[in-house]
Amino acid sequence: MSIESHDAAHDDNHDHKPTGFLNRWLFTTNHKDIGTLYLVFALLMFFIGGSMAMVIRAELFMPGLQLVEPEFFNQMTTMHALIMVFGAVMPAWVGFANWNIPMMIGAPDMALPRMNNWSFWILPFAFTMLLSTLFMDSGGPAAGWTLYPPLSLQGGQSFAFVVFSIHMMGISSIMGSINVIATILNMRAPGMSLMKMPLFVWTWLITAFLLIAVMPVLAGAVTMLLTDHFFGTSFFNAAGGGDPVMFQHIFWFFGHPEVYIMILPAFGVISEILPTFSRKPLFGYTAMVYATASIAFLSFIVWAHHMFTVGMPLTGELFFMYATLLIAVPTGVKVFNWVSTMWKGSMTFETPMLFAIGFVVLFTIGGLSGLMLAIAAADLQYHDTYFVVAHFHYVLVPGSVFALMAGVYYWLPKWTGRMYSEKWGKIHFWISAISVNILFFPQHYLGLAGMPRRIPDYSTQFADFNMISSIGGFIFGASQLIFVGVVAHCVFRSRQAATGRVWEGAKGLEWTLSSPPPYHSFNTPPVIDSSTVAHAEGTH
Amino acid sequence: MKKQNTFIVAAAVTAAVIAAFWLLLAAPGYTGNEINMPRGVTSQSMMSYQLHMIILWVCVVIGVLVFSAMFISIVLHRKSKGHEAAQFTHSMKAEIIWTLIPVLILIVMAVPATTALIHMEVAPETEMTIKITGFQWRWKYEYVEDDIQFISSLHADSNAARRLASGTDPDSVENYLLEVDKPLVLPANTKIKFLITADDVIHSWWVPALGWKRDAIPGFINEAWTEIMEPGVYRGQCAELCGKDHGFMPIVLNVLPRAEYELWTQQQHQGMAREQAETERLWTREELMKQGENVYAAQCATCHQADGQGLAPAFPALAGSGVTNGPLNDNIEIVLHGREGTAMQAWGTMLSETDIAAALTYTRNAFGNETGDVVQPRTIARIKNG
Repeated sequence: MSIESHDAAHDDNHDHKPTGFLNRWLFTTNHKDIGTLYLVFALLMFFIGGSMAMVIRAELFMPGLQLVEPEFFNQMTTMHALIMVFGAVMPAWVGFANWNIPMMIGAPDMALPRMNNWSFWILPFAFTMLLSTLFMDSGGPAAGWTLYPPLSLQGGQSFAFVVFSIHMMGISSIMGSINVIATILNMRAPGMSLMKMPLFVWTWLITAFLLIAVMPVLAGAVTMLLTDHFFGTSFFNAAGGGDPVMFQHIFWFFGHPEVYIMILPAFGVISEILPTFSRKPLFGYTAMVYATASIAFLSFIVWAHHMFTVGMPLTGELFFMYATLLIAVPTGVKVFNWVSTMWKGSMTFETPMLFAIGFVVLFTIGGLSGLMLAIAAADLQYHDTYFVVAHFHYVLVPGSVFALMAGVYYWLPKWTGRMYSEKWGKIHFWISAISVNILFFPQHYLGLAGMPRRIPDYSTQFADFNMISSIGGFIFGASQLIFVGVVAHCVFRSRQAATGRVWEGAKGLEWTLSSPPPYHSFNTPPVIDSSTVAHAEGTH
Repeated sequence: MKKQNTFIVAAAVTAAVIAAFWLLLAAPGYTGNEINMPRGVTSQSMMSYQLHMIILWVCVVIGVLVFSAMFISIVLHRKSKGHEAAQFTHSMKAEIIWTLIPVLILIVMAVPATTALIHMEVAPETEMTIKITGFQWRWKYEYVEDDIQFISSLHADSNAARRLASGTDPDSVENYLLEVDKPLVLPANTKIKFLITADDVIHSWWVPALGWKRDAIPGFINEAWTEIMEPGVYRGQCAELCGKDHGFMPIVLNVLPRAEYELWTQQQHQGMAREQAETERLWTREELMKQGENVYAAQCATCHQADGQGLAPAFPALAGSGVTNGPLNDNIEIVLHGREGTAMQAWGTMLSETDIAAALTYTRNAFGNETGDVVQPRTIARIKNG
């Protein structure tokens, strides 16, 4: 143990950590405790959403209906998506932001700690309300997470609860984003200029602006659904002069930036991990920042590629096809820079690195099938089939979720001060990486062969690949229990103390702190020099 | 050393799994319906297929290049082999190259993609028009010029087998979930215009062999066109989530040579004349009850259930209901025009007068309902025609 961490450990005794369970967790204003709350909540939601996926895959294991009624199946697909998007992936990224951003920019805490508390604590209420609809007479939402009217308006009284819970999630996200932006723009240590910030901080800054821009749009869309359903308005009712397609435009104006909200912080995490375990600086830092910003900008002008079959004018379809193809350029730049970062490095393959490499490979596969979907004339076949399901699960599961896993393994020793079990981490990775492909790759074939998405039962020609996919799904689902085991072991049982630096090649301010870091990360601003900055471009 | 071997073996297994899947999809020998997009039977489907194959190969090549570079690096540039890390951080030249080359690839890709889209979307002069209306959970087809119309629903065998724990093996049902009672009969080598709309929620009309799908949206009429080159039977299904039975509204096309198609339309017209006569005559209670039971099973039981108990909360029970036991005219009104804001359809335009009269007679005298009403087809015809 270094002298530096001895000092930090000494500091620990004077950090005025609140005592008592309620004080510590319910009333906390500390960025680390709130980060922990977010991450634990996200993990819980990951398993709730995951168990719904297990129901879906179990019903699709064989042709014929064996387990659930179609109506309940639709509730499962809808809830699975809502829980995973709003309950698991997004809160997990906010958890990472809370834990790491202050440490990475040399700040003592987030800029707005009380709002931070509030933005977390409304989430459990929002999701309790959302989940409670499953037990109501009219059942949970069953029109898909896209909530397209008129179908979503056929839902019963429980729909009001769904809308209100989405409002609460939106408020939480917006408050979280305001906090992230305020922290990054105001609390950087002297000398930490914007172009010296770690890429994770950059990607979160851009993500936060996306969130503030689009969450109100979603809130508006679901509010109009609410008044159409309960107060007799006709925003989306053609018979009353409304327009059901307008909902889709509004929804996807939110929805497309939303998918980048889930992936941009993942880009950031991967851009931190690859250099560490390649023992080599990130290649093309500046290009990475600009590529992220370009992707964020483009995300606002591609929304209608989700709607090539609604009967848009030809010129509209062409515009959205060209704009969508353009996204491949900055995304390609990112992948090429990652590969160049690894090139001629001195690589080791600890669990975070394995997940990061898994991310680059499998996210790229998801990105390439996205390129295929952008071709409008071919999309008239792909649209609303399992090909689309395969595509977005590739970018979300071995994409966002693998990046989350990579990030947890990477920073867990920093957060807890103890090492996790490398052996079990690797077992978790390999089972996950293989089973996730068995789970999602055959879905490409199903889609191409003509299986629509969101169906509880299918023609017998689709039987084989559905069974393979389900088997992969069960293995993938079960293997996530290993993750819980590894994390729990690290937090409660591990005896192997982590050093401050943790990883030989780790760079950046968070690694200059002790492990675990002091309760108020940097009470005095650190001195920034090239040895403490995560990415220093310009030195050859 | 042992550790490293484990890693290489594990990486190789993963890479092999992924590569096997990719090759399966990309290999020219495996382009059957099972795992790849069908070539289809229209110029549009050929175009989607060709575009799909071009972009797939572009993706495979890019993927192979990127992943090879990565795996070479993973094998060679590892600390355990004593590789020292280089310290280069950026290269403007590299960034420009890997920005420009993808842009060029995309521009090259955009040319056939644009041509194909224009061909698919801009309808040529067509020779006949079919109006397609989607509703929960059936398709209605109207031959605009020929004055033929009918509803196409999931075939009774599939419909029975697909019930939860029905005990019927789907393999024993021919074309499980992809068979209908009345297929859409179309002539081959004829330019056909489709007008596509919906009555209740959004559906999407998709037959992969035609090469496109088009959403059926209430309040909108979408246009699409086709010219099918080969007679045959082509199957598809609804592609937009439309409620509980979204998975159970298939589409079957029976494409006939021109002459056979003409014959078919004549038969349809003769059938319509017979039906007209049936509507005019006086029916007995037994006849109506028998026909009504069939109509109920085919059309009504999906929602109101075979025993008339409904499915709370969306689908009300008919057994003992105030409607089926209340004033007859109100009941007729609801069946003919549907009920706003619920899943109850306006059946007046969907079913024949005889079927409606039979279904009404049946529901008012079955499930313990005892109104004793006998509804004549011509009564329905009179009310319908004002």
